[in-house]
Amino acid sequence: MASVAENRAVHVLRRLGGVALGQLSRLGYSARFFVAVLRNTPEAFRRLHLTLREIYFSGVLSLVIILISGLFVGMVLALQGFDVLQRYGADQSLGVLVSLSLVRELGPVVAGLLFASRAGSAITAEIGLMKATEQLAAIEMMAVDPLARVVAPRFWGGVISMPLLAALFSTLGIFGAYLVGVRLIGIDAGAFWGNMEAAVDFRQDIVNGIIKSIVFGIAVSAIAVFEGYNAKPTAEGVSSATTRTVVTSSLAILALDFVLTVFMFRGVS
Amino acid sequence: MNRNAIDLWVGIFVAMGIAAILFLALKVGNLVAFGNTPGYRLEAAFDNIGGLKLRAPVKAAGVVVGRVEKTRLDTKTYQAVVTMKIDNGYEFTTDTIASILTSGLLGEVYVGLDAGGDTKMLADGGTITKTQSGVVLEKLIGQFLFDKAAAGGTK
Amino acid sequence: MALQDSVPLSTPEIAVELADVTFGYERTRHVLNGITMTIPRGKVVAIMGGSGCGKTTILRLIGGQLRPDAGRVIVGGQSVPDLGRDALFELRRKFGVLFQFGALFTDLSVFENVAFALREHTDLPEELVRELVLMKLHAVGLRGAAQLMPSELSGGMARRVALARAIALDPMIVLYDEPFAGLDPISLGVVGQLIRKLNDALGITSIVVTHDIYESLKIVDYIYFVSEGKIVWRGTPVEVRASGDAFVRQFVDGAADGPVPFHYPAAPYREEMFADG
Repeated sequence: MASVAENRAVHVLRRLGGVALGQLSRLGYSARFFVAVLRNTPEAFRRLHLTLREIYFSGVLSLVIILISGLFVGMVLALQGFDVLQRYGADQSLGVLVSLSLVRELGPVVAGLLFASRAGSAITAEIGLMKATEQLAAIEMMAVDPLARVVAPRFWGGVISMPLLAALFSTLGIFGAYLVGVRLIGIDAGAFWGNMEAAVDFRQDIVNGIIKSIVFGIAVSAIAVFEGYNAKPTAEGVSSATTRTVVTSSLAILALDFVLTVFMFRGVS
Repeated sequence: MNRNAIDLWVGIFVAMGIAAILFLALKVGNLVAFGNTPGYRLEAAFDNIGGLKLRAPVKAAGVVVGRVEKTRLDTKTYQAVVTMKIDNGYEFTTDTIASILTSGLLGEVYVGLDAGGDTKMLADGGTITKTQSGVVLEKLIGQFLFDKAAAGGTK
Repeated sequence: MALQDSVPLSTPEIAVELADVTFGYERTRHVLNGITMTIPRGKVVAIMGGSGCGKTTILRLIGGQLRPDAGRVIVGGQSVPDLGRDALFELRRKFGVLFQFGALFTDLSVFENVAFALREHTDLPEELVRELVLMKLHAVGLRGAAQLMPSELSGGMARRVALARAIALDPMIVLYDEPFAGLDPISLGVVGQLIRKLNDALGITSIVVTHDIYESLKIVDYIYFVSEGKIVWRGTPVEVRASGDAFVRQFVDGAADGPVPFHYPAAPYREEMFADG
C-alpha cells in the first residue's frame, strides 16, 4: 500500500527530473547554436545582398503593422492620458506622459511583440519549411554551411530591423497623440511640445529605449532562427515551432523588459 | 522581387528609421540643449541644494543660461558645491547671488542667478560667493511650528 | 578486427565502399546491421527495398550526414566518418545529390538553382557560369525553363532541374534519393534515361536508392536488396529476373505476402475477435 504511493512519487520525481534535464540540455544546445550563428556573422555580411533581403522581409514588410499600431496606440494614450491628467489640472503634461510612455516602454515592447508575431513567425516558418523539404540538407551536401547562408542573414536582418521599427512606432505614436491632444482636444501645441522636450532626456530615455529595442531584436531573432532550424521536418513540426517562436519571444521580451527597466530607470524621479 | 527593388526599399526603410530616431532625439528629447554649446564653469557652495539634480537649468531672469554639471559635498565645510556650465556670451559679476529655486509649487528645481552691481566679471573657474540655499519643506514646517509655539509661549 | 585488415582500401576501380556498417537512429534499434557493399567506378548501382528499410540512411552515411555506430564508410579512398569539417566539405564538392522530390531552393529561379554551386565554389566569370548552367539545363531538356521559379514547375520538371543542379560541378559520384517517386510514366522514362546517359557521358558513378523495380531493371548495372537492415540479395538485372530467391520474387512480382509479411504482428485473429471484455 505505502510502496505503491512511493512508486508513484518516485515515478513523478523521475519524470520531473527528466523534463528538467531535458530543458537544461536544450538550453545548453541553444546557447551553442547562438554562438555558432554569431561566428557566421562575417559570412552574412560578405553576402550583403542576402542580409539586405532579410532586412526587407523582416523590416520593410512589417512597416504597415508597426506604423498603424503606433498611430493607434499613441491616439489611445492621448485620450486616456488626458482623461486622467485633467483631473489634477496637469493636462499640459500630456506630451510628457505620452512621449515617456512610448520612448521608454511601449515603443520597444509593443513593437517587439508585433515584430515577434509577424516577422519572427515568418522566419521560423521559412527555415522550418526549408528543413522539411530537404533544402537545408541540399545546401549542406553542396558543401555550403546553412548557418552562414540561411540562418545568419535572417538573424542579422531581424536585429537591424527591430530598433528602426521601435523608433518608428514611438514616432507615429507621438504624432497620433499630437493629433488627438492638440488638434482634437485642444491642448496648446507649445505646451505639448515644450513640456515634452524638457522632460524627455536623450541619454536617460531615448538611448535606453534604443538599447531595449536592440536587446529585444536579438532575443526575437535568435529564438526565431533557433526554432526554425530545429523544427521537426513535418507540417505539424513547422507549425508548432512557429507557435513556440511567438510565445517564447513574447515572454522573453516582457521578462527582459522588466530586467532592463530595473537597471535603467531605477531611482529616476 | 529583384535585387534593385529590394535595395531601394531597404534603403528607404533604414532612412525612415534613422529619421525617426533623429526626430525623437531632437524634437522630443533635449539633445541639442547641452553638449555642443561652448561655455565656461562657475562654482557655488550652498548649505542645502534641496532637490537640485544634474543637468538642471541655470536661469537668470527666467532665461536658461547654462546647466548644472556636477554636485559634490565639501568635506571640510560640509557644504554642497555645485559646478555649473554657463554658455559663452553670458557674463556675471563677482557679487552675483546664486539661489536654489523651484519653478512653481511642485516643479523642477533650478539655480537662479541675480547679477549684482560690481564692475568685475567672473571668469572660467570662478566661484560665486553669495548663495541662498534651497527651501526644504520639512524645515519650513518645523520653523512654522516653532514660531507658533514661541508666539503661544509669550502670550 | 580482422575485417579491417582483409578488406583493402578503395582501389581506383572502387568508388564507394561500406564495410560491415551498423547504424541506428536510437541506441536500441538498429536500422542497418552489418551492411557490406562495394560500388565500382562508373557504374549505376541501385539500392532497393521496402519503405523504411534503411536505404536513405545508407545515402546519408555515404554523404557524411550521419556517422555509423560501427564499420567503415570509404569514399574515394577516404574514411568519411573520420573527416574533419573542412575535409568533409571538400569531399562533398565531388558529390552531386538529387533529393527526394527535388529540394530546389524555392526563393531562387531555375537558373539560379543550377548556378548555386558554381557561384559558391568557383570564381568563374558570370558569362562562363551562364554558359555552363545553360549547358546543364540543355542536357536535361529544360534550357527554355531557365527563368521559371520552382513553384511553377511540374513534378517531373522539378526533378530534372534538380538533376541538372546535381551535376553542375561535374561530380565524381551522384546520389539519387528516390528519383522516380511520384512521377508520371513519361517523366519516369525521361529521368531513367537521363540517369543512364549522364552516367556514361560524364563518367560518373551513380547510386540510386529506389523501390521502382521496373525502371531500375532497365538502366542499372547492379542491384543490392536491403531488408530489415541487412543485404538479402545482390546481382545484375539479368540475375534478378532469373532469380528464385523468395524475397526477390516477392519484390519483382509485387506479391502481397511472402518474406515480407502482409500482416503486422498481432495476436491470433480468433483470440482477438472473441476476447471477453
